[in-house]
Amino acid sequence: MPKLKVVLITGRSIGQGQGKEYGKFSEKYKENVAVCEIDSSDLTKIGITSGQHVKVTTYHGSVVVKGVKSTQEPHPGIIFIPCGPWANAVICPKTHGTGMPSLKGIPAEIEPAPEEKVLGLRELVTQTLREG
Amino acid sequence: MEVIQNVVCPFCGCCCDDIEVTIDSGKITGVKNACAIGMTKFLHYGDERNSSPMVRKNGELFKTTFDMAVEKTVEILTNAKYPILYGWSSTSCEAQKVGVELAEEVGGVIDNTSSVCHGPSIEAVQDIGESTCTFGEVKHRADLVVYWGCNPVQAHMRHLLRYSASCVGKFRKGRADRIIVVVDVRNSSTAKLADHFIQIEPNQDYEFISALRMAIRMEEIEQDSVAGVPVEKIEELADILIGCQFGIIFFGLGLTMSAGKNRNIDAALSLVRDLNSRTKFLIMPMRGHFNVTGANKVSAWQTGYPFAVDFSQGYPRYNPGDTSVIDILNRGECDAALIVASDPVAHFPQQAVKTLASIPVIVIDPHLNATSLLAEVVIPSAFVGIEAEGIVYRMDGVPLILKKLVEPSNGIHSDEAILRMILTQIRKRRG
Ligand code: SF4
Repeated sequence: MPKLKVVLITGRSIGQGQGKEYGKFSEKYKENVAVCEIDSSDLTKIGITSGQHVKVTTYHGSVVVKGVKSTQEPHPGIIFIPCGPWANAVICPKTHGTGMPSLKGIPAEIEPAPEEKVLGLRELVTQTLREG
Repeated sequence: MEVIQNVVCPFCGCCCDDIEVTIDSGKITGVKNACAIGMTKFLHYGDERNSSPMVRKNGELFKTTFDMAVEKTVEILTNAKYPILYGWSSTSCEAQKVGVELAEEVGGVIDNTSSVCHGPSIEAVQDIGESTCTFGEVKHRADLVVYWGCNPVQAHMRHLLRYSASCVGKFRKGRADRIIVVVDVRNSSTAKLADHFIQIEPNQDYEFISALRMAIRMEEIEQDSVAGVPVEKIEELADILIGCQFGIIFFGLGLTMSAGKNRNIDAALSLVRDLNSRTKFLIMPMRGHFNVTGANKVSAWQTGYPFAVDFSQGYPRYNPGDTSVIDILNRGECDAALIVASDPVAHFPQQAVKTLASIPVIVIDPHLNATSLLAEVVIPSAFVGIEAEGIVYRMDGVPLILKKLVEPSNGIHSDEAILRMILTQIRKRRG
């Protein structure tokens, strides 16, 4: 499977804001937050089309989310996961003495994950705790 | 049917106060003026609600009475040696005030969500100082607005409409009277509306601001490009900034969450200081939750410090990186957690979540959320701004009143009332 080195940023989006108000266990939340926005040129590089699953790996962990064509492009080499539990599976906990973990600008790798499932919120939390 | 005017939206730090809400038979049936996110909040506040307090027994959450849930909370907090009390940005100032009293009473740490959003901005303001204003001044006077590391079109949807680009002010009448500049790592929805868009490389804001400061001071930049931006473009941007009559930088988490963190904000505040030797310039953080600004104000007014306040020595101590909630959780030091109006399991790094899972957690929240999955006690509360009233601070520091629009379900209290009952019980138990 082709892998691509990228930089991960997390943040807010309209869908994340709305999904949160529908409820954290709603399908709308998962649909909008368990996603990774990827630049079109990077989708081509890893050989997937918008809507297919990708695995995002950083030094801190890995997570499977739906890879979608970014609406904020061009930004080749940058991927965006809306803030939430899926993003937090791969962000950097270090605060560098400020209290703030590193939620943007994290070196990451993406690869197609056609066989893998995007976990729901309950399964994701259970997995985090099991890996303790 | 009743129509309530001038309702303040309890979602983001814009705190839009022109919302019109229609109530029919005790339910919200219509909303005018809100953005898509605000609209979703007003129309779906009742979804996935939990109507009963719950406590955990043999690994499962079971419904219980309100009194039993409060009793269990009191027991956990009084037995704890170093509890954390976290959240606070999506509730009222009144509830935040009781939270601070409670933290002092139990000798815990009270921290709010600014710890993981604009905490670094506050640290930088304490070092450098800031030149700022209210939205009113921006609306009437600003002819140049810079959005740096933020994407209001997605996150603060009415910001441009109400307070900056296209609002009708006294001296600036609309979009044609204002220049909009966006600095971001992505060609964001906001960048697409800008007059000038500067796309910089991730983690390079500090370098870029430093180069911009040199250009403003007419110093020579001995590079071809900085942060992926050619020097000519940096000089062009410097001229645009100097050339305005009244400019403002609104900055977001693009600066606080990437490499440099508080030092990026130091640089941005210093840039504004430099610009003030040439023209009039101001700066303001884009605050996320509707009352995160209030959480800082109440904490500072009560304890002297805006977040990450540690009462374990019997007096308030503030040392972000040490007394901030992520660091305490990363080090595994706390032995209980009270979470109010927040969902750290959905928003904290995994290491911090693992510590939360190993200690008793109490959740007070209108919704069932990811944190309630591992809570010992869950107490449902009323949505402030919909089912309870209260004071909030808009991101520019202006206090506004949230209205109570509908009655909460039977037995559901406001955060303030719940916390007050917990505090009273703890004081009674301690004599
Ligand atoms: S911009 Fe923010 S405060 Fe205004 S309506 Fe939208 S969510 Fe509510």
